[in-house]
Order: sequence, then structure tokens, then C-alpha cells
Amino acid sequence: MITTTNKTGKLLVTTPSDREIAMTRVFDAPRSMVFDALTKPELIKRWLGAFGGWSFVVCEVDLKVGGAYRYEWRGASGEKLAMGGIYREIVRPERIVYTEKFDESWYAGDALDTTILEEKNGRTTLTTTVRYESKEVRDAVLKSPMEGGVSKGFDKLAELLASRMEGIEK
Amino acid sequence: MSPRHLDATFAALADPTRRAILARLASGQASVRELAEPFSMSQPAISKHLKVLERAGLVSRGRDAQRRPRRLEAKPLAEATEWLERYREFWEGNYERLDALLEVMKGTKRPRKRGKKK
Repeated sequence: MITTTNKTGKLLVTTPSDREIAMTRVFDAPRSMVFDALTKPELIKRWLGAFGGWSFVVCEVDLKVGGAYRYEWRGASGEKLAMGGIYREIVRPERIVYTEKFDESWYAGDALDTTILEEKNGRTTLTTTVRYESKEVRDAVLKSPMEGGVSKGFDKLAELLASRMEGIEK
Repeated sequence: MSPRHLDATFAALADPTRRAILARLASGQASVRELAEPFSMSQPAISKHLKVLERAGLVSRGRDAQRRPRRLEAKPLAEATEWLERYREFWEGNYERLDALLEVMKGTKRPRKRGKKK
């Protein structure tokens, strides 16, 4: 079990099993509201991926078991990011299970996401557990800086490389 | 970049010693002996890590036949870290935006709720 938080201490990342990563975050709102924000395109567009120069090009949701969702974003300098999947389970407003795949995915196969919303005193704990095809794939994802277990030296290196890359590619 | 190549990159980055080696090489090329110094590891042990990094295309060998200095190949690592950075920023940024949206949603609901009996 690895428990870490991000810079603001709000996003909790855990590893419930050797194929999974779970992200937990508390929102100061009832879960019916959070559920809507996760499943209605007009609301999804207002938060998911729409920052830092990125904007939605496609945001389609067919919220039923077997229905598909599809998100496509474009970055400030024209770069593209796209993902989608199929809803496997929908229990409003407490549970959504769906597949996840990026168009230019760097991990093998589809991931299966289980989102659980728990409400207490008007606050909602949102937990999204992503199950990857294998431990190797999960581990690769876990090595990312999002997990926070990466050495400072490597963080610095990533920064350095990012700035270098900008110099080369832009 | 092919997924297979990225797999090799991520596998190579999975080890803290290898990340430290890369961090050292980011400040300039170094021989195996120089790389082994800051770690309490033998040169053969460091060489093993270097082989993994070389196979992943993250490290190459310099021309000097005596020292055989290793140097960092920045491009594959940059491609991998770009993806990962994007992923992390994606969720941090998302949830902050979702906070803001929920505040707006609560604001538009509140007047109606206040009028209701409990």
C-alpha cells in the first residue's frame, strides 16, 4: 500500500492491489451534484481537462450500461489528446464502472475504472480505482510523478528535460 | 514513440539507483567509476544498471576509449516524462476545476433549498 498526497494534500493515491491505482479526493458538495458533474457533458466540459490552454473538441456521453463516452481535447498549440470507453455499471449517484483507453496510449490494453461516491455531512469522497491489465502496466503508471514517490533528483531532471524539450521542439 | 519503447523507458526508470544515475548524467557525462562513487555499490553493479539504461536508449557511450564516459540521451526520457507530467497535471488541475464548478452548482441551488422545509 502506498499512500501519498499531492502538493495541496488533497489528492490521495493508493494501491489497493498490484494491478490497481486508486485516487481519492473529498469535494465539498453532495454526491448527486458530483455525480452530475462526472456524467453530464455540459458539466464535464467545465472541469475535465479544460485548463492550461486545453479545450474540449468532443464530449459525448451515452450514460447507460453498454453506452460509450468519448472525450477529445486540443491544446493551445494544437496538440491532441483523446480517450473514451464503455459504461459497464451505473448506480446513480454512488457508483460508475467504465473502461478507459487513450488513443495514443502508452500502456497495454484497456483500463477498467470504478468510481465510487460516498457522502457524509454534505461532503463527497470520490474514489476512482483504475485497474490495469497487468502489474507491469500498473507499475509503469505508478512510477509517474503523480504518485509522489519519485526522488527529488528525478523531479529536477524532469523539469530540466521539459525545459530542454521546449527549446528543441518549439 | 512506440508503446514498446515507452515500456523499456518506464521499466528503466522504475529503479531509484537508475534514476539517480540519470540525474547525475544530466549535469554532464561521467565514467562508470565516477558514477559508482556516490553510491555504495560496486562498479559491476553500476554497470548492470547502465546496461538497462542503455537498452532503453536513455544512456549512450562517449568516444573516449579509455574512460568510456556515459552520457544522457535526453529525448526518450523527455518523451516519457512529458506524458507522465501531463497525466499528473491533468488530475490535479481537473479536481481543482471540479471544486470550482461544484461551488457554482451549490450557489445556483441554494436559494431554492433555503425556501424548503427540512
